[in-house]
Amino acid sequence: MAGAAVAIAFAYGCKPKGAQTAISGDAASKVYVAPGQHDEFYNIISGGFNGQMSVVGLPSGRVLKILPVFSVHPENGWGFSEETKPMLNTSHGFVPWDDLHHIAISTTNAEHDARWAFGNANNTPRIARVDLTTFKTVEIIEIPNSGGNHSSPFITENTEYVVAGTRFSVPTGDDKNRDVAIDTYKENFRGTISFISVDKEKGDMDIAFQLEAPPFNFDLARAGKKKSHGWFFFSTYNTEMAHTLLEVNASQKDKDFIMAVNWKKAEEYIAAGKGKKVPVKYAHNKWDESTHTATSTIRTEVLSLDPRELKDIVYFIPCPKSPHGTDTDPTGEYIIGSGKLAAIIPVFSFTKMLAAIEKQDFEGNIDGMPVLKYESVLHGEVEKPGLGPLHTEFDGKGFAYTSMFVSSEIVKWNIETLEVVDRVPTYYSVGHLSIPGGPTGKPHGKYMVAYNKITKDRYLPTGPELAHSAQLYDISGDKMQLLLDFPTIGEPHYAESFPASLIKDRQVKFYKLEENNHPHVLKGINDARVERNGNEVHIYLTSIRSNFRPDNIEGIRVGDEVYFHMTNLEQDWDVPHGLAIKGANTAELLVMPGETATLKWVPDRTGVFPFYCTDFCSALHQEMQGYLRVSPAGSNTPLKFSTGAAE
Amino acid sequence: MNNISPSNRILALIAAALMVSAYFTPLWQISLWAPQYPEGLNMKIWIDRLSGDVEIINGVNHYIGMKHIGVEMFPEFTYLIYVFGFIIGFGILTAAIAKRWALYTFFVMIVLLGIGVLTDMYLWGYDYGHNLDQTAAIKVPGMAYQPPLIGYKELLNFLAYSGPDTGGWILGVSALLLTVAVFTEWRKKKKVSSL
Repeated sequence: MAGAAVAIAFAYGCKPKGAQTAISGDAASKVYVAPGQHDEFYNIISGGFNGQMSVVGLPSGRVLKILPVFSVHPENGWGFSEETKPMLNTSHGFVPWDDLHHIAISTTNAEHDARWAFGNANNTPRIARVDLTTFKTVEIIEIPNSGGNHSSPFITENTEYVVAGTRFSVPTGDDKNRDVAIDTYKENFRGTISFISVDKEKGDMDIAFQLEAPPFNFDLARAGKKKSHGWFFFSTYNTEMAHTLLEVNASQKDKDFIMAVNWKKAEEYIAAGKGKKVPVKYAHNKWDESTHTATSTIRTEVLSLDPRELKDIVYFIPCPKSPHGTDTDPTGEYIIGSGKLAAIIPVFSFTKMLAAIEKQDFEGNIDGMPVLKYESVLHGEVEKPGLGPLHTEFDGKGFAYTSMFVSSEIVKWNIETLEVVDRVPTYYSVGHLSIPGGPTGKPHGKYMVAYNKITKDRYLPTGPELAHSAQLYDISGDKMQLLLDFPTIGEPHYAESFPASLIKDRQVKFYKLEENNHPHVLKGINDARVERNGNEVHIYLTSIRSNFRPDNIEGIRVGDEVYFHMTNLEQDWDVPHGLAIKGANTAELLVMPGETATLKWVPDRTGVFPFYCTDFCSALHQEMQGYLRVSPAGSNTPLKFSTGAAE
Repeated sequence: MNNISPSNRILALIAAALMVSAYFTPLWQISLWAPQYPEGLNMKIWIDRLSGDVEIINGVNHYIGMKHIGVEMFPEFTYLIYVFGFIIGFGILTAAIAKRWALYTFFVMIVLLGIGVLTDMYLWGYDYGHNLDQTAAIKVPGMAYQPPLIGYKELLNFLAYSGPDTGGWILGVSALLLTVAVFTEWRKKKKVSSL
């Protein structure tokens, strides 16, 4: 007996301390948002391989919305309704999915204004812009000459530009130039960096110029701010320029580079007419809130700048080793490279960088683009920070927080003295981290969220695939304190947070019917009708609590292309109406008050098909339905429609 | 000695002037709260129109068969502007000629206007609350939905409030000023006649 007791005690004693001990006293009250109360921050989280963004409240961690961006979303008809299909058009045609990694919230003077959220499509390179008064994707622009849009969508301090650096360098140019042997990588591949301008008032995007950079892998980026405004910093790896087994072949050099881009200089060259127009093909898709319809335009030209010839745009800062994140501190003075295979974290000084450029303190060049001396640009190195540094955010109080993937922790360190002052475990293998306002000139150093790559035992298991986990920490004091675990949607990468007060009183509650310019809008119930045009049938349908008009339709034939143009006549907040019809090969429609949307349906057999409202809209929601009669192809059943006529 | 005092002439003028606000401010309001409408629904009644959440109230009320509220429902909107105009004109006349009979008449007009409007509202409310569409989806036996004339009343899941809005309160002040004027003139006359 005694032996068994000792064995058990010994077994317990050997087990390392778990998360249970990491939670102290009042964590619950710090994340408790009482029923009816609102969270303090919006957290816009990339969905990774679900191609969406999710909207979460902090500090509660409650999910408020899944916001469709690059992937179809049958829940509200995104990518299925006739109006939204053009949003997912590309030069490759309709692409129903992508991989959304990073978020950028718009800024003015390096502070969040939270007018728009930008997101990148990693696979078929694109950038999307979401309007944060409607939480709707309103613009998607495809990036030509790019292989994978990972180093994106980071923005300049007044949202002048959003950037897109290609992860995979690829051959560019016309068809002949692109059909090359893969082992001619070094000669024929280019690493294209795109600067997309953003209209100050409306947010409309346009590719301002592309830089033809060497064929490295571009990983992440961050704009300079305040004193370093006018510069952009891109992390690079695979400066070995390998094209096979990168795991080994791209991990050979002790140092890769942070590529510093002087975009103000690029603007000067463009103003002087130095750019070169090159033929490309890319889609530019825009949502129109007046017609409630997207249009997709294929564009065929882009302005290209060659930094090998146009001097002083590009400089390389050596950075150990395969840097992942590159981040600029709130003052704009320090540039932190997180070398994911490095044993230290280098901190570079913008002031020193300018001085080194001034003195031409170069250690060499790449195709004529200067490589600065590491020591000349270095402010200092953070010693023994942990293993696998990935990303760094800031609290505005002089501290930086770096996520450590391999050692599964977040390390807090002093930017000036480079001393590590605190470290906390994450569960498990943190990727990105986010502090509200963290990448801006004005962080709100109250909370920090870790977005983890591995979940293991943190939640109730759900088979082979588990919920991804995030952790919320209180960083208001000297020591970071774990407050909360919350599961996330998709596989989050980067996220940004900002005070809810910036946008919560600016939300669009419904669309004004009198301002609806959809070509198939109905302004009232009197115009509800059905029209046949050959084998196309257009049903002009209204929905208002709790009926459709018309709700009895006859004279449709098998094989007809039937278009339901549904206008939601409601003019009040939170009264969407849905539309679903049996056998539709698309999805449902979810139509907001005052909006018009179109569902295409091709009946495949005769019979009477019910359609109904899918959004529980009122006490008589279950009565909100209709019937549509389908007769055989070529039959003479007259076209008829009515509402409430019989009985 | 049938003239009114200079101070009461001024009161009559102020009362008439205040009434002009009726053309620019809502006179009456009806508010509704329900669990689903914590922020409340509010309808404002002006001298010649309605504003506020009228369409939403109509949407909610059609379930119980209430009529569609609209400007066409109130012929009063076509002539109230003239009634107010006439009374304001008479008030100015009162201040100009300073005759006691005019002051009394002005006062009686405002009192009658108040009684008339309230009676009219009661009758409308009775009809609106009782005269329901027989095919309505929700029928509660014995239930009528007459809104309160003034104050609060529970109607199914709604709490209804009815009361004066800015313009209504200003009209009340006009009536109060005139009450003071009429009372002081009446005391003065009594004193004079008792001498």
